[in-house]
Amino acid sequence: MLTLTCPYCGITAEETELHPGGEAHLTRVGPTGTDEEFEAYMFARKNPKGVNFERWRHAYGCGKWFLAARCTATLQVFGTYKSQNAHPPADIVAAIRKSRPDWNPDWTAE
Amino acid sequence: MANPLATITRQTGLGMITIRADLDRAGDAIAEGVGLAIPDTAGMTGDGTRILAWMSPDELMLMLPAAETPGAMTALEQALTGEHGLIVDMSDARAVFDVTGPDAADVISKLVPVDAAAMPTGHLRRSRAAQTAIAVWRHGDGFRLFGFRSTADYLELILQNAAIAGSQLAPR
Amino acid sequence: MTHMPPFRLPAGGRLIDRALQVPFRFDGRHLRGLTGDTLASALLANGQMLMGRSFKYHRPRGPLASGAEEPNALFGLGQGGRFEPNQRATTTALTNGMILRSQNCWPSLEADIGSVNNWLSPFLPAGFYYKTFIHPRPFWKHVFEPVIRHSAGLGRAPTDPDPDRYEQAYSFADTVVVGGGIAGLTAARDAADAGGQVLVLEQTAHWGGRTPNDHDGGQMAIDALLADLRARDNVTMRRNTMATGLYDHGYLIAREALADHDPNQGIPRQRLWRIRTGQVITATGALERPLSFACNDVPGVMLASSVRDFIADFGVAPGQRIVVVTNNDDAYRTALTAVAAGLDVPAIIDARPQAIGDLPDAARRAGITVLTGSGIAKVKGSRNVEGVVICDQSGDGTPTQTIECDVVAMSGGWSPVVHLYSHCGGKLVWDDAQAMFRPDPDRPPLGADGTGNVTVVGAANGDLRCATGLEQTEGATQPVWVMPANAPYKLRAKMWLDFQNDVKVTDVELAAREGYASVEHTKRYTTLGMATDQGKLSNINGLAVLSNALNQPIQATGTTTFRPPYTPLTLATIAAEAKGDAFQPLRKTPMHDWHENHGVSWEPVGHWRRAYCYPRGAEDRHAAVNREIMAVRNAVGTLDASTLGKIIVKGPDAGRFMDMLYTNMMSTLPVGKCRYGLMCSENGFLMDDGVVARLSDDTWLCHTTTGGADHIHGHMEDWLQCEWWDWQVYTANVTEQYAQIAVAGPKARELLDRMSGSIDLSQDALPFMTWAQGDITGIPARVFRISFSGELSYEIAVPANRGLELWEQLHHAGHDLNITPYGTEAMHIMRAEKGFIMIGDETDGTIIPQDLGLDWAISKKKTDYIGKRAQSRSHMTDGNRWKLVGLESLNGDVIPDGAYAVDQGLNPNGQRRVQGRVTSSYHSPTLDRPIAMGLVKHGPGRMGQVLDFPMPSGEVMQARIVDPVFFDKEGGRLNG
Repeated sequence: MLTLTCPYCGITAEETELHPGGEAHLTRVGPTGTDEEFEAYMFARKNPKGVNFERWRHAYGCGKWFLAARCTATLQVFGTYKSQNAHPPADIVAAIRKSRPDWNPDWTAE
Repeated sequence: MANPLATITRQTGLGMITIRADLDRAGDAIAEGVGLAIPDTAGMTGDGTRILAWMSPDELMLMLPAAETPGAMTALEQALTGEHGLIVDMSDARAVFDVTGPDAADVISKLVPVDAAAMPTGHLRRSRAAQTAIAVWRHGDGFRLFGFRSTADYLELILQNAAIAGSQLAPR
Repeated sequence: MTHMPPFRLPAGGRLIDRALQVPFRFDGRHLRGLTGDTLASALLANGQMLMGRSFKYHRPRGPLASGAEEPNALFGLGQGGRFEPNQRATTTALTNGMILRSQNCWPSLEADIGSVNNWLSPFLPAGFYYKTFIHPRPFWKHVFEPVIRHSAGLGRAPTDPDPDRYEQAYSFADTVVVGGGIAGLTAARDAADAGGQVLVLEQTAHWGGRTPNDHDGGQMAIDALLADLRARDNVTMRRNTMATGLYDHGYLIAREALADHDPNQGIPRQRLWRIRTGQVITATGALERPLSFACNDVPGVMLASSVRDFIADFGVAPGQRIVVVTNNDDAYRTALTAVAAGLDVPAIIDARPQAIGDLPDAARRAGITVLTGSGIAKVKGSRNVEGVVICDQSGDGTPTQTIECDVVAMSGGWSPVVHLYSHCGGKLVWDDAQAMFRPDPDRPPLGADGTGNVTVVGAANGDLRCATGLEQTEGATQPVWVMPANAPYKLRAKMWLDFQNDVKVTDVELAAREGYASVEHTKRYTTLGMATDQGKLSNINGLAVLSNALNQPIQATGTTTFRPPYTPLTLATIAAEAKGDAFQPLRKTPMHDWHENHGVSWEPVGHWRRAYCYPRGAEDRHAAVNREIMAVRNAVGTLDASTLGKIIVKGPDAGRFMDMLYTNMMSTLPVGKCRYGLMCSENGFLMDDGVVARLSDDTWLCHTTTGGADHIHGHMEDWLQCEWWDWQVYTANVTEQYAQIAVAGPKARELLDRMSGSIDLSQDALPFMTWAQGDITGIPARVFRISFSGELSYEIAVPANRGLELWEQLHHAGHDLNITPYGTEAMHIMRAEKGFIMIGDETDGTIIPQDLGLDWAISKKKTDYIGKRAQSRSHMTDGNRWKLVGLESLNGDVIPDGAYAVDQGLNPNGQRRVQGRVTSSYHSPTLDRPIAMGLVKHGPGRMGQVLDFPMPSGEVMQARIVDPVFFDKEGGRLNG
């Protein structure tokens, strides 16, 4: 059972205090999107073995949704950060690369 | 028969006001409105009768004698005039219990996934007690916790069960 | 030779108190043990070597071990609700008046009819069931399965509720040391020196592990460590606490026995510890392995260490003449202990070509014959050991001599206990020199930070000589997987690997021949290691036999997966406090007790209890519901609607947020008005519905379904926090702040007019779908003119603390109006009479609002709302989607809810095509006929057509497609 530290209230909570929310950093596709774009947004998930970014809500705590960078194979947690980020921030990227030198971000930073 | 680990007492007559606002912008006004300093993250401030608790980055909970609730609501509404905020009276939505006695931490430790013995004074921990949401903090000779009103009987039952005489957590 | 008294030795037994006798009952016999005995030692002390029957062949079984690995000596314990099957005699402390029952035998342990299977054993090889009961196919369900099920299962499940109390507790530590032997205590001291909180867990009642029995000065060394640790305030020591499993991020589960089989203390029987720790040090020791020689399962063949334990710990002689058979030096200790206790050790049979070292020397000095290079060809005796036939270990079992004895103490070497280490991903290496799997220090389990969080010390790490400063020189263990090495089939077919499940060397060999190359498959095919001891003794020997049969090294075969719990946990301990009234939270409305006092029949709705109806006198539920409906239709009724979700949405951007949440336009709702709204998931499906009231310019109040309150609040916060975080909106879930009462019926206004208050409830002042605020009899209230029954109706929200007061005042004031409390079933039927949908009845997570004819509640003007894009997909706009209609039964019977309407022909799976299904179905007391709603292909365009609904009985019910609004279509009743 995982423990994650909520970046909003600083509490290290166990999984039973949290609510999972699936893959992070999805970009919403609204009514103007094509079928393909909507399918990719609604259903296509990376589900990687390894570094993954995911949504968690501190449901039995401050109620905030936060994001976690975690290895799905070893369950190593590289860090947690606030939801109001379009991409994982630099310190999270650095923490991942420290443990996984071969890993590269699949987004382009603005 | 030995004594239970702690005395479980339901508290009534406590007013509770939920305040949602941008604490960076409106903190000073709120502090002035309720007469207490804005607490640190997961912290509490108080003056003996009132407690202001940090619930979330944009949420505070003011606990005070029930009779003072309408006045405090008005004061807060005034303090937040022109500011985006939400003031809600939640006094009736909660059930409050005191868990007091030398082994009160054992009772909390049986129900809440936190290190109760190590919990500092002035810290409010939102979590769960068995299967229902609660907030708990050190209070007097033990702890005070509140949960949802509808679960009051459940909370009382699990607290009483956890406090059963002879069930101290100390190694035997 | 038989097992002869005296069984209790005149002296010795470090764990017993000879002054305190403990009476107990075993299969009806009255026996006595001593304080400190286990069940196994107490039975042995009474001369009872036969302690069970094996599972498959019902062969007689004695105890093999003295600890948690015991596979044979399992009993049913206690009576009534306290009866517990499969209790391990070697780890269960004897208590006063204990009642033991033997298992898996009939009519008795001594004369077990099931042992006929033993004579059939040549015909019951591995995989027998799989091969035999395949044909003819129809026989499986009605013949084979019932018969096999009858003989399956070990022990009986108790039939009464468990009266004992259980609990759980959370604990936090920097380091948890599992195992209170010398390695664990030493590691705990070192960890405590390094700082941080240290928790030490020991599964038995005694500290020290094997050290006090195995080493001179062992007890003193343990006592010194205990004194040191107890003096430290950062060390907590728990006995009787078994670490059952290690999980992610340092989560360790342990079971503390507080009052096992001693229910009179009034304290919880067991406690489940949920421990979160930074580091785990496993010091779980090692388990001795049996040797595979013919008839190694005869009662009296025991592990060498356990023979030593029974003598040293309990002063019990398992036998008077003990032959030791071994492939290592450690078993010599058993011979020395036995001789020192005055017992006869006619020989030590050592499979190794030579035995050199301190222990063999000591044995020889004690006058014990040591036969090296030898093995046991066969054990003589069937119900108890009568002797052993000796042979050359390197040969084929040709007898060299026979030695009479009543106990065989065997040792095939030791296997580190690697369970906890392996539970969470720790990997093992094969240690050829010591013939064991031990933890691989390079591949430990990883913690949250990605570094190893388990270290292993002592025998658990393969360091069998870890008793620091106490070690004697010991010679190397020589692997012996079959004894003798070239034993023919006839002998191998009598060598037991798994003693409880009756898996023999030849069974594993057969599995290998039949292509079961994977150890996991072999395990399931043969049931090796699937008994209640989970392969603690059988695993390594089985792997070795499989590896030999596959002609590959053991490391290539690998191990089966180690899964928690280490030893069985009672379900009650896992449930802990969650039983009886505390099984789950039961949420009560402010009027709960009133309902209870007025004969309510409850309906669980999530964790809530809602009034289903209020039967009076001899009324059944159906009659009560009908009466309640007629009261509302003809007079006035009250419904406790407090459980409905109530969420405040406020802020400068609340209007546009509301427009995204709901399918219809909420931003244009005038202050003071109400509007029914639908909420969809982003995938387009209808999720929740309810009435929205605009409280002020920037504030809306959303009503949700009872079950939807928390979910919808979370849904709102999700979008606000994660998608539109720049929008200025706050939400608050105020569900529990208010009691809400629906007052419905043609006399509702008349009733409310009798109550004093500041709110004008007239049709002009408060028309349908408006709300007002004020007080009713001095109680602050918000009144909503909304209706789910089709009648004139007011929903009144008051502070929860005053809900009961208002409810009682309404009933007092409306007495002469026949005011009637009504429940959820009356509400459901009345809404169905009106054709209103119900989330969960008409919806099931695959239904969009358009399916339900709710297009009127979907804004055409809005460019976006949650779910809009999804609803424009081709499948969602397909004209063939099933749509909501009313259904009118032709024969006057109520069509069962969920019944399917069939279409012509068969689908590609050969099943009858369907064209619709019933979503709600009731007898309408208002109309005195059945009414139903359903989803039907092209339904709204097929009014008047008749559908066929085949019933399980073969009968076909028929219903006509009609408008779903059955009652008061014009809506005239809404205004009273």
